[in-house]
Amino acid sequence: MTAEQIIKEYSKELPEKIINDLLENLPKKISDKKVKEIVEEVVKEYKEMQITPAESVGIITAESIGEPGTQMTLNTFHFAGVSEMNVTTGLPRIIEIFDGRKDIATPMMNIYLKKPYSEGKDIEKVALRLKETLLEEIAQEFYINIADMSVEIQLNKEQLDKIGLTNQDVINSINKGIKGIKVKEKDNTLTVTKKQETDNLNEIYSLKEKLKKVFVTGVKHIKYVLPVKREGEYIILTSGTNLKDVMELDFVDSTRTTSNDIFEVEKVLGIEAAREAIIQEVYKVMQEQGLNVNIRHIMLVADAMCAMGKVQGITRYGIIREKASVLARASFETPMKQIMQASLMGEVDKLNSVVENVMVNQPVPVGTGLPGLAVKVIKGRIGGYEGEKDEKKSKAEKTAKKEIKKEEKKTTKTKTKKAKSSKSKNKE
Amino acid sequence: MVADVFLNGKFIGQVDNPKEFVEQIKEERRKSELPEELNIFYDERVNEIHMESSKGRLRRPLIVVKDGKPLLTQKHIEMIANNELKWSDLVKQGIIEYLDASEEENALIAFSKEELTPEHTHLEIDPVAMLSLVTALVPFANYTQSARLNIGSKNQKQALGVYVSNYPLRVDMDVNLLHYAQRPIVKTIAHDLIDYDKHPAGQNVVVAVMSYKGFNMEDAIIINRRSIDFGFGRSTYFRPATSEELRYPGGLRDEICIPDKEVRGYRTEEDYKYLEKDGIIYPGAKVSEGDVVIGKTSPPRFLNGLDRFSLTSGVKRESSVALKHGEKGVVDSVIITETQEGNKLVQVRIRDTRIPELGDKFTSRHGQKGVLGLIVDPADMPFTASGIVPDLIFSPHSIPSRMTVAHLIELLAGKVGALAGRYVDATAFSSEKEEDLRKELLSLGFRDNGTETMYNGETGEMYKVKIFVGDMYYLRLKHMVANKIHARARGPIQLLTRQPTEGRANEGGLRLGEMEKDTFVAHGTSLLLQERFSSDSVVVPVCENCGMLAVYDHYKNEAFCPVCGDKAKISFIEVSYAFKLLMDELKSMGVYPKLILKTKY
Repeated sequence: MTAEQIIKEYSKELPEKIINDLLENLPKKISDKKVKEIVEEVVKEYKEMQITPAESVGIITAESIGEPGTQMTLNTFHFAGVSEMNVTTGLPRIIEIFDGRKDIATPMMNIYLKKPYSEGKDIEKVALRLKETLLEEIAQEFYINIADMSVEIQLNKEQLDKIGLTNQDVINSINKGIKGIKVKEKDNTLTVTKKQETDNLNEIYSLKEKLKKVFVTGVKHIKYVLPVKREGEYIILTSGTNLKDVMELDFVDSTRTTSNDIFEVEKVLGIEAAREAIIQEVYKVMQEQGLNVNIRHIMLVADAMCAMGKVQGITRYGIIREKASVLARASFETPMKQIMQASLMGEVDKLNSVVENVMVNQPVPVGTGLPGLAVKVIKGRIGGYEGEKDEKKSKAEKTAKKEIKKEEKKTTKTKTKKAKSSKSKNKE
Repeated sequence: MVADVFLNGKFIGQVDNPKEFVEQIKEERRKSELPEELNIFYDERVNEIHMESSKGRLRRPLIVVKDGKPLLTQKHIEMIANNELKWSDLVKQGIIEYLDASEEENALIAFSKEELTPEHTHLEIDPVAMLSLVTALVPFANYTQSARLNIGSKNQKQALGVYVSNYPLRVDMDVNLLHYAQRPIVKTIAHDLIDYDKHPAGQNVVVAVMSYKGFNMEDAIIINRRSIDFGFGRSTYFRPATSEELRYPGGLRDEICIPDKEVRGYRTEEDYKYLEKDGIIYPGAKVSEGDVVIGKTSPPRFLNGLDRFSLTSGVKRESSVALKHGEKGVVDSVIITETQEGNKLVQVRIRDTRIPELGDKFTSRHGQKGVLGLIVDPADMPFTASGIVPDLIFSPHSIPSRMTVAHLIELLAGKVGALAGRYVDATAFSSEKEEDLRKELLSLGFRDNGTETMYNGETGEMYKVKIFVGDMYYLRLKHMVANKIHARARGPIQLLTRQPTEGRANEGGLRLGEMEKDTFVAHGTSLLLQERFSSDSVVVPVCENCGMLAVYDHYKNEAFCPVCGDKAKISFIEVSYAFKLLMDELKSMGVYPKLILKTKY
């Protein structure tokens, strides 16, 4: 037998990765006996590393993330990056992810590029192509003409040429962006008036502010772009995300491009990618803060968040809603709502988890609360009530038992009768 | 550049030349053509001008500077000294103006006259003016981090002292009075300005910076027993007990007297022993917990159906004021007076002398607070070569991470002041120089760095290092062990939930909360957790037929189900009373909480 065959025999007990590692690292010349010894030792070690049954992994995870989390509130290092490219990190970011917020504070992308561009070719152009250009960036000045109740926009010709736009493009995008206005062109100045005439100055002011934010060209939602050289190649960091549109661009390496918006990742790439994104994002924050949290804890949280096939936050609308126990849900938030719902549906709480058992003052089913895993428990001895009122109880029990016995006799009699009759029928 | 202009947050128009516009507004304000409280701020980044004249902004006065010269001249100062000119005149003339937080962004403020350049727009009146009143009381404040100054001033607000001069005449709730309060040797200009001499809040003590058998680790301090016996940190705690003879509808009223034995809720005769004939305690009585201070009876609270016919209906209710759990003291004074409504009002002031004990809180003026860790017999205290025994030993570990350099300088300055018999000026930014203080200390015959040779009080051996010894102002804070110590094994429970009461005043339990519960779960100690939460454990009969709680009849000694009657199969289960209460409340909501019983495991 070869070493490979011997190891393969253990494939049920060991995961594939460990088997492969073993095969790779075994010396070439080795006796079968020694191989067997080694594998058996590995199996032993592997089993020792496994979590003990009845270990409360959830609470340990909560404590392992929560404890360094309290330190994070003290360290006021919650933002990172250069002026315009602010990134939420630290506690606010973690809360954002775990709460499953749909609109995060600082959406961001790391865009990797395909070969000629990743070496720095036309990096400026590529960046400009990605960036969302707003009207205020190609305009020199916005005037409010109080006499005509109009907004006059003076365009910046240089900037227009740099991006490669004509005045007509700009007019088109203004008309697309805001409804109910008229745009006139004269030289380099666009005059915008409302179709419905107004004499309210504040309306014109808000029109001016709206005009500033009109989308002209580029990839939508990408507010800033920053090309940087990282590990010998050019990548583009962006503020604002649009994973789908960016990945469709031909110069983008879509296999490595990432977004920090978990929901966008879920929508574009699927739930497994979202799980991975949660793990990576949380782990990154922990690393930045110099906190040493085992990645398995984060994986457990991510698994819990993605278990229903969609990303759910740890809120009463998210994973808490999926809890089986009424009492557990009621003890988290909005107890009234939970109990009303449960009573309408006629829910049964099986007292299978921790909180419910704390509420009724019963042993919680973790650790020593699950003796059945280790020993044979005689029914009725543990958990039943034994105390000073034993006599009274036994009296009540005796009468109850008598009645039950009577009933049982009746039922057994009828059963046997029926059985007999059926037998006799069979004979017939 | 066209800039948008906002007044109190509302858009009012645009201007072509924002900078000139802002200057013009300022100029007109200084000429009193525009209101003095108008502030203007030009934000260059977004090209907006914000003018504010609303209330509720923090503003501070500064001297206006033009072409590198302050508008306030020696002439003005002389005129003010001669009462010819007032502060408000200076503001009106535009010599002094108030800036708010946003206008400060546009200003360049010089710290002192010497560093004025043509770019400067304003001059600080005095650097100390940057600090609040309490923070200005911190000596050598310019040598310390701002964070520590904050803590230091917060601590000073909690210090015991002479809080008012007429304290014997007042009945204040929960106040302390420091005995033998002293004025600080090391003081600032603020001490003079607020008449600190009239209400001092601390004492000057000799401090040695060293460790002593580890009893001053984690910011604790060690105090010489002799210093305490001589009055260091000794204070009196006052609290009043008040009672009013209220009138009720129907001509009924309270009566302050020694209650009769028939009164409902009568305590024991022992509890009323200090009361005089009028039902009020006498001054000088030494009282402790449970003793009645003011005896009072009230008419019965409710007259329900049965009471109207019973013999006890006329019986009054006991409503005396007694000392609560853990309280003690001496009756200081008794005041009998009348309320505005004309009711008789009795106020009894109880005093309790508080001698410093382990756990009481002390602080210097630099945010170096600590708890009393050990009281050492004078014989065991370390002493200097000249025989000086420190009052207090302060741990050197409290210094480096907090960088309270001022703490060390105050020690040095205090030493100079005490030896030379003078006060030392330690006003922030204009204090006496450390160098001069060192020279003076040297001339007084001590090492210029303040260290001294010291000897171990227990063995008499000389310490191998020189110890930094000096004099500084120490404050006793109002947090005292006597007011906070608390423990409970068993005691009162709440009527509704049958759980232990909360809080020290009610002799309550210490809560094992949600997060503490988690630690038990994390360790898998399931049965220990159950035991810890069994404070309201109760055995209830349950009808397994309908799943509702059954009733236990104590006369017949059996349980029955009022719903199912004979069909009932009743079992006893042990649950927390809170859960039973929850089920009762669900029932009251119209929800049917049906119990399905099953043996676990």
